[in-house]
Amino acid sequence: MIDAIFTYDFLQNAFGAGLIIGVIAPLLGVFIVVRRLSLIADALSHVTLAGIAGSLYLSQSVAVFSALNPLFLGIAASVGGSVLIERLRTLYKHYEELAIPIILSAGIGFGAIFISLAQGFSNDLFGYLFGSVSAVSREDLLIVVAIAIVVLAFIVVFFKELFVLSFDDEYAKASGLPAKWIHFMFMIVTALVIAGSMRIVGILLVSSLMTIPVAAAMRVSKSFKQTITLSIIFGEASVIAGLISAFYFDLAPGGTIVVTSILLLLLVLIYKKIAVSVKRGAIA
Amino acid sequence: MDAPLIEIKDISFEYEETKALDNISMKVEKGDFLAILGPNGSGKSTLLKIMLGLIKPSKGSIKLFGVDSKNFKHREWIGYVSQKSNSFNSGFPATVKEVVAGGLAKKAGLFRRLPKTVDEDVLEAMKSVGMEAFLDRSISELSGGQQQRVFIARALVAKPKMLILDEPTVGIDHQNVQAFYDMLAALNREKNITLVMVTHDVDTVTDRISHVACLNQTIHFHGFKEQFQTLSDEERASWYGHSVRKIHHAGGGH
Ligand SMILES: Nc1ncnc2c1ncn2[C@@H]1O[C@H](COP(=O)(O)OP(=O)(O)O)[C@@H](O)[C@H]1O
Ligand SMILES: [Mg+2]
Repeated sequence: MIDAIFTYDFLQNAFGAGLIIGVIAPLLGVFIVVRRLSLIADALSHVTLAGIAGSLYLSQSVAVFSALNPLFLGIAASVGGSVLIERLRTLYKHYEELAIPIILSAGIGFGAIFISLAQGFSNDLFGYLFGSVSAVSREDLLIVVAIAIVVLAFIVVFFKELFVLSFDDEYAKASGLPAKWIHFMFMIVTALVIAGSMRIVGILLVSSLMTIPVAAAMRVSKSFKQTITLSIIFGEASVIAGLISAFYFDLAPGGTIVVTSILLLLLVLIYKKIAVSVKRGAIA
Repeated sequence: MDAPLIEIKDISFEYEETKALDNISMKVEKGDFLAILGPNGSGKSTLLKIMLGLIKPSKGSIKLFGVDSKNFKHREWIGYVSQKSNSFNSGFPATVKEVVAGGLAKKAGLFRRLPKTVDEDVLEAMKSVGMEAFLDRSISELSGGQQQRVFIARALVAKPKMLILDEPTVGIDHQNVQAFYDMLAALNREKNITLVMVTHDVDTVTDRISHVACLNQTIHFHGFKEQFQTLSDEERASWYGHSVRKIHHAGGGH
């Protein structure tokens, strides 16, 4: 494997991007999960699909787009979608969750139209839906690096505010923290992570990489910091094992990564169950 | 003389259809221990949220520490303990220590880390609510009453000059309510923290407070506890009766 990475550029790109995503997706995912926004991640990934499909369609007819990495339009759509979701959430105050199916369907709707308009990219499409080991370009990798820098900077700089806001948003507002702004930036950053992770895990599975490692970490951690650490470890382990098996068995990495994370989750649940009964036994 | 810590003038507020507060004026002076009384739906929580700047009144003005609330920059001077369970996200994976340290976020300031003394500050706040043994426990494992104490510690950790509490004893069992109010009274007396508290425990709390406000959309009474105690039952009942009708009216559609 190591040899192969040194031999093939595309593997360097895929592994580089994968290792980075294995950190930032679960890291941001911790906040997404505790704030009960998991479905928003799903909605945004489908909007990203619409952007990418739109870009691929336009690249067949408009010269500017043929030179443009479709990821850019995907990022733009995702960020736009996050802003729209916020608008809809304030519009439907008592039915905030309604924003999610609206945006999600809009994403799939536009995506389907662009995909059928632009015939003949079913190969690309498969990669965008389920991830790809071979299709990650050097430019994709650089985009992922840039996104990771933004995300890490955001979380490091606003960590204490994000924590308070996630735990109790009314308290955050009452204590005078700029809750609205932080939430707004959080949504943008989420959109960026989704667009960036999409190349490796695919649109349909991006939100899984943000939530499943966190679901596992939450079962066994006591503190918030520990939840973050374990989420990243589980996420990174899933990405590494998933990419290696995708490469050797010629499978879609989105599938192998997510299935690995599910297996890890199962192991954690079993471990927890045994740990609890051992503890009970010790007390009894 | 110091400016009042809270000065509210002619405030009204309505939720989409419901009128919640009607032309309210009141002052809270430094050192007061004010209990706000009133039946359910009388606008008590709404009034606290207006004091905290969580919602904006449709009319009237608020000054905090002598400064117009719009220009008030020191929210860390005011600690808030909200009506239980509405905003905090149960099952949250955090230790009590992390939650209480969150109370320092505003005081530390944007782009800054929490102070180096965070551990001692948290310990001190937890001691003042008698919960220092629970620092490393997970917040979701605690009972309702214990969580409530943690939230008070979170409000205390930034060393506020004033605490605003919304029905803080809901979820605390009967035997512990007395001890809880003793703790608040000690904060008021020893640390000179001004307290504004919404409560239903009129009888339990009267020994410890200094002022009473009776609210039901408007302020029916606001003054020293001693004055409140001289009021006749009929007088108090008249507000309550009024309130009962109001509630009945407002709640008719639900
Ligand atoms: N978010 C809200 N939306 C609409 N109406 C509300 C809202 N919150 C409170 N109300 C209404 O405003 C009135 C006052 O509520 P509140 O201040 O919570 O009363 P209290 O705290 O005294 O029980 C009630 O009639 C209540 O139904
Ligand atoms: Mg209330």
